[in-house]
Amino acid sequence: MSTDFYADSADTSDGKVFTVSGQDWDEIAAGMGDNDAAERVVVNMGPQHPSTHGVLRLILEIEGETVTEARCGIGYLHTGIEKNMEFRSWTQGVTFCTRMDYLSPFYNEMTYVLGVERLLDIEDQIPEKAQVMRVLLMELNRISSHLVCIATGGMEIGALTVMTIGFRERELVLDLFELITGLRMNHAFIRPGGVAQDMPPGALDQIRDFVALMKKRLPEYAALCNANPIFKARLENVGHLDLEGCMALGLTGPVLRSTGYGFDLRKAQPYCGYETYDFDVQTWDTSDSYGRFRVRLNEMWESLRIIEQAADRLARLEGAPVMVADKKVAWPSQLSIGSDGMGNSLDHIRHIMGESMEALIHHFKLVTEGFRVPAGQAYVPVESPRGELGAHVVSDGGTRPFRAHFRDPSFNNLQAMGVMSEGGQIADVIVAIASIDPVMGGVDR
Amino acid sequence: MSDEKADKPETAVEQRATDQSPENAPEALGEPGLEIRAVGERRGMFGVQGSGDTSGYGGLVAPVVLPGAAQRPYGGWFDGVADRLDPLIEQVVIHRGEITFHVRREHLLEIAQKLRDDPDLRFELLSGVSGVHYPGDAGRELHAVYHFMSFTWNRRIRVEVAAPDADPHVPSLVPIYPAADWHERETWDMFGLQFDGHPALTRILMPDDWPGHPQRKDYPLGGIPVEYKGASVPPPDQRRSYN
Repeated sequence: MSTDFYADSADTSDGKVFTVSGQDWDEIAAGMGDNDAAERVVVNMGPQHPSTHGVLRLILEIEGETVTEARCGIGYLHTGIEKNMEFRSWTQGVTFCTRMDYLSPFYNEMTYVLGVERLLDIEDQIPEKAQVMRVLLMELNRISSHLVCIATGGMEIGALTVMTIGFRERELVLDLFELITGLRMNHAFIRPGGVAQDMPPGALDQIRDFVALMKKRLPEYAALCNANPIFKARLENVGHLDLEGCMALGLTGPVLRSTGYGFDLRKAQPYCGYETYDFDVQTWDTSDSYGRFRVRLNEMWESLRIIEQAADRLARLEGAPVMVADKKVAWPSQLSIGSDGMGNSLDHIRHIMGESMEALIHHFKLVTEGFRVPAGQAYVPVESPRGELGAHVVSDGGTRPFRAHFRDPSFNNLQAMGVMSEGGQIADVIVAIASIDPVMGGVDR
Repeated sequence: MSDEKADKPETAVEQRATDQSPENAPEALGEPGLEIRAVGERRGMFGVQGSGDTSGYGGLVAPVVLPGAAQRPYGGWFDGVADRLDPLIEQVVIHRGEITFHVRREHLLEIAQKLRDDPDLRFELLSGVSGVHYPGDAGRELHAVYHFMSFTWNRRIRVEVAAPDADPHVPSLVPIYPAADWHERETWDMFGLQFDGHPALTRILMPDDWPGHPQRKDYPLGGIPVEYKGASVPPPDQRRSYN
C-alpha cells in the first residue's frame, strides 16, 4: 500500500476510506477489491477543490462516472456576520454585511439599507442622487459579478482564455469601485439614508470610457463561447432545471430566467427608482447551463444601458445631496481623500473642534450611539446577480439591529445542486454548480 | 434623600416609564382597546450596567413594543388574502406597508397548503425562513418568520409562528415547499427550533458536534479582550454600549 502519510487508507465502521491526493490510482482500485465498494463509491469532492467555487464540499455517490446521489456540505466559511451585526450600530451593520457575498457587496449593503430605511420610514426622503449612485454601483457590480461567474465557469471546463479576459474586464470595474468608494471590495458605501460620499471628480468620464470599452469587449465573449462547439457540448442540456423545479426549490435570478420566465425584481417590485430606467429582462428558454450563460451575457449589456442612463442623470445632478437631510440619521461628516487615502474631511474636523460645541456633541453621539430605529420588521429584497437577495431586519427600537437575517440566493440555489447533477457525469456536476454561480461567502455568512 | 444615598449607590432607582407618565404608555398611544404586548424591556438610557449611574437616566425601564394588530379594513389586496386565511389567523400586523400574518403553529401546514394551492393566493415561492429569538416574549420566545412571494399576483406576505423555549417545535414546510429544506436546517442550527417532519434536520452552518445554538440571545458573541498600549479592550458583547 501507499506509504504517503497524507494519502493513506483506513477501515471505518462505514467501510474503507481512502484519502486521495494525486497518487497512483491503481493502488486504490486494487485496494477496493471486488466487494460492494467497487460498485458504489462515495467521493468527497472538496472542500478545497479548485472547481467548487470556494470552500464547498460535494458528497457524490458514484457508479463509474455517473453520479447517483449528490449532496452539498457547507458552512466552512461561516463567520457569524448576522450575530455580529446585533452588537454594532445600524450604520456599522453595513460594514459587516458587505463582506458576505464578496462578489456582489453592493447588493448586500443595499438590501440591508433598504430594510433599515423602511423601518425608519424615510424611503421617500432619500435624495435622488443617492438613488442614482446606488443603481450605478449595483449595475457595475452586476457586470463584475457576472464576469467572475463566466470566467470561473470557463476555467472549470478548461476555457482558460475566458477566465483571463473575464478577470481582465472585472479589474476595470474594480478600478471604478476604487475610484468612487475608495475600495475594491468591502465598500460599506451604501449607508442608511444615502451613500457615504459624493462622486469624485472625473468619475463620470471614466465610467463613460468603461462603457465604451465594454461595448468592444463584450462581443469577445460571444465570439469565444456562443457558438463554440466544445463550450456548447459541455454546457448544453447540463444542469437542467425547469420552471416548476425552480419555483419548488425557490430558485431566482439567471437560473429562473433561463427557463424562459422573465421574472426580475427590478421590474416586478422596483426599488431605488428602477422603474424609471429603460432596460429589458433577459431570458433564455433552454433551462440549462448554456441558457444561464447566455442570460448573464445579455444581462451585462442591459446593465451597460442602465449605467449609461445613470451616468447621464448624475451629470445633471452635480452638487446635489447624497445623504438624507435628517441630521439625526445622516452620517455627520463626508469623507475626503487625502494624500494618504480616505479620511475625515478637514473642514468638518475644523467645524466640530473649533467652531461648534453642539456639532461636536452631535457628531459624537451619532457616531458612538447611532440612531434609534422604530420597532418592527422589514424585508426588502433586491435582484442580485444570483437572484433574490433579501435582508429580514428586525428592530426592537434600539440603536442596534435586534436581528438581521439574509436570505442569500446562493444559499437557496445550491439546494438545487442534487437535482441538477444526479444521473449525470461527474464532469457535469462542475458545470451545473458553475451555472448556479454560488458564492460561498454568501452561502455561509 | 440623604439616607437614600447610603443605599447601594450603583443601583439606580427603577422608574417604570409608563408609571411615571401614563399618557406615554403604548396603550394610550395606540388604538383604544388594542392589546399591545411587550416583548422585552429596555433599561436606562445609555446601556450602562453595573456601574454608578451619573446620568440620572439609569433607572428608566421602558417596554419593547412591536407594532400592534391591524384592524379591518387592511386596504388593497391585504383584505382578499386575509379573507382566504381568516379562521386560521391569530393576528394581522401591517407595518410600513408589509403585512404579517401571525398564526399558531398547529395551523401552519394548513396555511402553507392554502397559500400554495389556492388560485386566489398562489404564493409559489417561499423565499426563506428566518428565526428570531425574543427572550422577553414569555411563552413565545422562538419565532420562525416565513417570507412568501406570489409570481402570479406579484405580492409578498410574511407569516410568523411562535414556539416557547420549553417546547421548541414547529411543523416543517418541506413537504409543501421543498425550498424550506436548508432554511429550516439553518434555523434549527442557529436557534434550536425543531421542525417536525423535516427529512433530515441536521446542522448546516455550524459543525455537527457544536454545542448550543449561536443566534439565540442567551448565547454569547464570544471573543477575547485585546491588549492595546496597556489598555484592555473587551470583546464587543461585553463593552459598554448604548441600547
